Amino acid sequence: MKAQLKTLVAALAILFASAMLPAAAQYNNFNPTKEAVQEDKLLQQLKEGDRLSGRITIPDPKAASLIQPQGQSWRDFHQNKLPTIGGVVLLGMLGALVLFFLVRGRIKVEHGFSGKTITRFASIDRFAHWITAGCFIILALSGLNVSFGRMVILPFFGAETFAMISGYGKLAHNYLAFPFMAGVALMFLLWVKDNIPNKLDLEWLKQGGGLFVKGKHPAAGRFNAGQKGVFWIVISGGAVMSVSGWFLLFPYQAPDGIAGLQLMTTVHAVLAVGFVAAMLAHAYIGSVGMEGAFDAMGTGEVDVNWAKEHHALWVAEEEAKARSVPRNSVPAE
Amino acid sequence: MARVKFLCDADRCIECNACVTACKNEHEVPWGINRRRVVTINDGKPGERSVSMACMHCTDAPCAAVCPVSCFYTTADAVVLHSKDLCIGCGYCFYACPFGAPQYPKVGNFGSRGKMDKCTYCAGGPEEDFSTIEYEKYGRNRLAEGKLPLCAEMCSTKSLLAGDGEMIATIYKERVMKRGYGSGAWGWKTAYKETVAI
Repeated sequence: MKAQLKTLVAALAILFASAMLPAAAQYNNFNPTKEAVQEDKLLQQLKEGDRLSGRITIPDPKAASLIQPQGQSWRDFHQNKLPTIGGVVLLGMLGALVLFFLVRGRIKVEHGFSGKTITRFASIDRFAHWITAGCFIILALSGLNVSFGRMVILPFFGAETFAMISGYGKLAHNYLAFPFMAGVALMFLLWVKDNIPNKLDLEWLKQGGGLFVKGKHPAAGRFNAGQKGVFWIVISGGAVMSVSGWFLLFPYQAPDGIAGLQLMTTVHAVLAVGFVAAMLAHAYIGSVGMEGAFDAMGTGEVDVNWAKEHHALWVAEEEAKARSVPRNSVPAE
Repeated sequence: MARVKFLCDADRCIECNACVTACKNEHEVPWGINRRRVVTINDGKPGERSVSMACMHCTDAPCAAVCPVSCFYTTADAVVLHSKDLCIGCGYCFYACPFGAPQYPKVGNFGSRGKMDKCTYCAGGPEEDFSTIEYEKYGRNRLAEGKLPLCAEMCSTKSLLAGDGEMIATIYKERVMKRGYGSGAWGWKTAYKETVAI
């Protein structure tokens, strides 16, 4: 029995060794010079958007990325492209508004104030507007600061103060994002029914909204084409800003890891610049640019003459509504 | 002054992770932060190589370029350091860094990453040399003690080299000449816009 076992073991050993031989021979012929991974070649082989990565023993898969050349394109975007886009768009808009003011001046209520008012925005409307606007101003300032503050503001404050301001700015940016999103959603629900584009808007646009000719007021309902444009800019812009910002707030939910985050910051920043420019124009025409306009969002009561000039159809509608409620429905005593 | 650099001779790296451990221990780096890591390329395939990677202390560093609060500075030895007092934890350096060097102590939901942490080339930070506060914020200041980064000093195969850029490039060149092959000075082209010509 013992001898038999010995023979079996020996036979197995021979079988095993013979099976190993070719592998060993192969190993001896392995040429590390020829086979070694070359950094140069790997970098050249990288396709757009690829990164050099491997396996890692640290329990953090993100650490497996060895070199991500996209960082350099992100840097180029942040340092060169974004300041150019931002400068052209924002300064361009400011310049255009100043020019417009100089040429057209403040748009007056042609027939003067009547003294009678009509309710344009109820308190819930104004609440939605101002919660969004208030958040937007702080979001815009802190966002612009984190992108351009180092170039524009830092020299005035010095590193410590500037870092402190930026730190609070970042906190504000992160948390005011939520009431901003809620405000945009509320405005959407409140006003979407009056912002569906229709034939009137084409006519309004054809006449340039009467912006450039004194005394010309194309007919408009509750919102004219320009206001509808602002509405849809705010809704769609707000939505994209919210989605991209959401991923920046919760960085590890972003698809495609760091590449996804780089894309989100790019979208967020470019759109933000356009958004701020659009809101500059909106704020201008709603305050300095037009007499009587601010009341709509201020007290919610606008002068009847202003309303008739800018929103004739809406005034007619409101008056019809008021008439349809039977007068004297409660008998006089 | 020397222009210090890191060079990982991947043909010598045995992926023992001693550099990672040494770094974590020397600076008491908290959980979740790895200032240095070892990545294995082509794992299990012919030509497999492991590379020890940390902040490369780039010439014209991308992190420093994109930082919104300008918290980075380069020392006379060309070590890229940053001030945790100024850092606002925005994550921009992490987007721009080709090497994944910037680390954050927290996961970062609601943008609360905490102050960025990264390899200091064992050179401490802007606080006073050898002070407790410097150690707590940035780790040991070995450079001020006249020593090199611990990861490289204790590398068992002398794969990871730290020191004057020209000197370590010469050592690497001699090795490649002698053994007849080399997988390249990993990260040099990206970090220093130059490579070790052989």
